[in-house]
Amino acid sequence: MLNFADSKLEQIMQEEQEDILEQITNSDYKYGFVTDIEADEAPMGLTEDTVKFISAKKNEPSWMLEYRLKAFRHWQTMETPEWANLTFPAINYQDIIYYSAPKQKVAPNSLDEIDPELRKTFEKLGISLDEQKRISGIAVDAVIDSVSVATTFREELSKVGVIFCSMSDAIQEHPDLIKKHLGSVVPATDNYFTALNAAVFSDGSFCYIPKGVRCPMELSTYFRINAANTGQFERTLIVAEEGSYVSYLEGCTAPMRDENQLHAAVVEIVAMEKAEVKYSTVQNWYPGDKEGKGGIYNFVTKRGICAGNHSKISWTQVETGSSITWKYPSVILKGDYSIGEFYSVAVTNNYQQADTGTKMVHLGKNTRSRIVSKGISAGKSQNSYRGLVSVAKNASDARNFSQCDSLLLGDKCGAHTFPYIEVKNNTAMVEHEATTSKIGEDQIFYCNQRGIDTETAVALIINGFAKEVMNQLPMEFAVEAQKLLAISLEGSVG
Amino acid sequence: MLKIENLQARIEEKEILKGINLEIKPGEVHAIMGPNGSGKSTLASVLAGREAYEVTGGSVDFLGKDLLELSPEDRAKEGLFLAFQYPVEIPGVSTTNFIKTAVNEKRKYQGLDPLDAAQFLRTMKEKMKLVQIDQSLLSRSLNEGFSGGEKKRNEIFQMAMLEPKLAILDETDSGLDIDALRIVANGVNELRSANNAFLVVTHYQRLLDYIVPDFVHVLYNGRIVRSGTKELALELEEKGYDFIKAEVEKETV
Repeated sequence: MLNFADSKLEQIMQEEQEDILEQITNSDYKYGFVTDIEADEAPMGLTEDTVKFISAKKNEPSWMLEYRLKAFRHWQTMETPEWANLTFPAINYQDIIYYSAPKQKVAPNSLDEIDPELRKTFEKLGISLDEQKRISGIAVDAVIDSVSVATTFREELSKVGVIFCSMSDAIQEHPDLIKKHLGSVVPATDNYFTALNAAVFSDGSFCYIPKGVRCPMELSTYFRINAANTGQFERTLIVAEEGSYVSYLEGCTAPMRDENQLHAAVVEIVAMEKAEVKYSTVQNWYPGDKEGKGGIYNFVTKRGICAGNHSKISWTQVETGSSITWKYPSVILKGDYSIGEFYSVAVTNNYQQADTGTKMVHLGKNTRSRIVSKGISAGKSQNSYRGLVSVAKNASDARNFSQCDSLLLGDKCGAHTFPYIEVKNNTAMVEHEATTSKIGEDQIFYCNQRGIDTETAVALIINGFAKEVMNQLPMEFAVEAQKLLAISLEGSVG
Repeated sequence: MLKIENLQARIEEKEILKGINLEIKPGEVHAIMGPNGSGKSTLASVLAGREAYEVTGGSVDFLGKDLLELSPEDRAKEGLFLAFQYPVEIPGVSTTNFIKTAVNEKRKYQGLDPLDAAQFLRTMKEKMKLVQIDQSLLSRSLNEGFSGGEKKRNEIFQMAMLEPKLAILDETDSGLDIDALRIVANGVNELRSANNAFLVVTHYQRLLDYIVPDFVHVLYNGRIVRSGTKELALELEEKGYDFIKAEVEKETV
């Protein structure tokens, strides 16, 4: 009788969990508003003229235009990659507006002159462009659609030699640094989306930390898509000279629209000898509605090179948004004793699809890498980890540890792990661990029995699951990110 | 405090509880004994509100409220506690954080401010002594990698922190060695007062040597077939459950 009861219990519990899961997904996307502001836009579609239009808008030097045109011509010969575990209709690249800039009444010379509408927009997003309101000591570069509208604390940072500005300004003001480093980690020809980005990128952030400087505050960029039918193609470049340190954060949101919008960014990091760069992302692009309509297509290439010995690059990402995420923040471990890290939490709900992971390319001797990936799938979503650990012939005594855990909420979602390991040196030690688990009805009941309601219980359980990654985030971000995890899965159970 | 009248419950189509009557008053300790499959754990689960069980008849009054109408979390916040037979693991959530959440949820329900870190720590230190639980255990993920004894002690510790009106111990003695059993029982005895009550579900008489009940009930085939004092437990221990089964069958023929 007990055995009968046990097996029945299991069956009923499963059915109940399904019922509960049916009730999912009533969570609202908080950042779905649109700012009504006049925009200066490129005509729809992509030709050489579009590329020239963007370059002209930015008064770019001819070498920059040449770079773009070369990339564009290469892009035309390429095809969309199809190896990822993602399904979506073909993107019509002629249906996209490649440049859209909010029209400001006056070109702002200082932060005080920024259009109040824009200021309000960012305030609504919790981003203050007011340096007086410096609470947590974070400098912000605020990018809306195709342009950077404000960068805070530029002066204060310049006192210690740190350059923090929009990519457009950097091209004008620091051409030598840009010429030297742009495309040095992610060449335009790297893949379909990097070629596209190189051709049409409009803005983004540039950070330069001189030798021996520990950046006195967190640097951050906040990306906002506002205009309809546009794509956002930003470009970020971080250069950390010998013995320097910087922690950089990025956040992103977009309005709710029925059409999909494309976001194809490139981020490059260069870390010289003994330099350390910590890069944290909280990605919260509009994920689409409960039926999977709308949402951002997020095709991003992020790569850092540990160029010098004893350098370190650490990627931390919390991915909760986008209808499609295609993203593999990677580290090339060129310097001896260099360290690469990748910490990721990817949450998918409803019809979201994520194919994300990393590449750790060990070239130098005694290099180390660590990968911690936590995938959380709910609704009818698909969540894949894809990672490559490669150890070159001369990379003796390389070490890698990878941990890939998946948590499933319900049985209509999928979790997949695609680890690739290529080792050409027999002194390498490469470890890979993977687990898959479900939030159990018994865990939730246990919490309920202690007076914790189901919503709080789910938040507790997923934050516990993601803790190792969340711990990597800077404090101010970690609290936000924890809330975001809970919101993304609101209604997922109970 | 608790009044169960003609409680019937099933899982799917299978009737498990077939009319339970039981009244527990403040200050009392009741033991429910019975052979495997008699419905002991089902009774504990139904009272705590596990949804897999369907109540098909009867009523349960808990401190003047219709218990069966309350959600599991509200039952808990009204003062009902279940020490689980198989405590679950929650990776990444420290026991301390978990209990703090639980304690503050209950306080919110009672209209009280949440305990601040210092107050919470003070209470915790106090209660830790009761069950001889180590601080290091509490900073680890809830029940993850705990031994059987540690899990059960953790249940009693949580009980001490939440100060329930009615605590149901579901086979808390299973899988415990004699030392752990003594620690758990001592914890319970320390918490006994004129204002609270315990319902101890157990298969063996052993636990009742340490937690001495006021009343013992024998559950068989979904009904309480015998009630008595602690002597009944000793009789069961001596004669085994077969004699109860035989008696019950004789009566029903």
